[in-house]
Amino acid sequence: MKEILIALAMLTTLPAVAAESPLLSDLRAAARQENPSFKEFSAARGESFYNAKQGDIGCTSCHTASPKNAGKHAKTGKEILPLAPSVNAERFTDAAKVEKWFKRNCNEVLQRACTAQEKGDFIAYVQSVK
Amino acid sequence: MKTTLSALLLACLLPLAAQADSGNKYGGENRGKPVMPATANKLWQQECGSCHIAYPPGLLPAPSWTRIMGSLDKHFGEDASLSPAENKEITAFLVNNPSNRWSASTAPLRISESRWFKSKHDEREIAPEVWKRPSVKSQANCGACHGGAADGDFNERRIRIPR
Repeated sequence: MKEILIALAMLTTLPAVAAESPLLSDLRAAARQENPSFKEFSAARGESFYNAKQGDIGCTSCHTASPKNAGKHAKTGKEILPLAPSVNAERFTDAAKVEKWFKRNCNEVLQRACTAQEKGDFIAYVQSVK
Repeated sequence: MKTTLSALLLACLLPLAAQADSGNKYGGENRGKPVMPATANKLWQQECGSCHIAYPPGLLPAPSWTRIMGSLDKHFGEDASLSPAENKEITAFLVNNPSNRWSASTAPLRISESRWFKSKHDEREIAPEVWKRPSVKSQANCGACHGGAADGDFNERRIRIPR
């Protein structure tokens, strides 16, 4: 009986696990590798990262103050579609695309690659914006 | 009478001769060649078009495209790097459909450095003030005035200079 209950409980929690993008689980594994004491991504840390400025540039320079807004390339003025999956479902569905833009933009803003934790925090924040 | 006829005949034939000759008229350049090939590469459209319009391959000579694609991590001050596979595919599309209007042996990085660009956009055509308008921003922003730029359409009749 006990086993059946456990199996049932597992079944009910499964959909929640499956709903998370594989991107985040990969990043979580990478974050644990980087830092053994890493626990979980934090939307709050992601939010401060999103709003931080390095000199005069940061995420908000192109993506605006809210990930729900369409942005604009700071130099060319070309439109950038919103980052938040709540308004743009296509976001964070293509791992290669996500990595490509983290590589470019982290280099651009921080002059270094972002850590797995920074990336995961960022995604956790952007996904939490409803 | 005979000379008049010959002269007339000549006058009729001349335009034909000039046409047949046009291949060599500009030192071998084919000025009728469209800047956009009939089939555009999808990856090129997607990747080169994410921060600015995907500049049609016929706007720069092949050595320029090779140089640009070889330094994407420092692309006009920005990191625009691609995966090696993406880079290879896009470079092939660009260097196979380049401009043949440039005879300079250098590989300029900017379309606006060409003599034909400068002559088409000189001060008599475009006042310096126009470039400074927020709606125009820079010479790199073809689409501000050439609505069909992203499709390779630079027809003069479809130019609209924004306020």
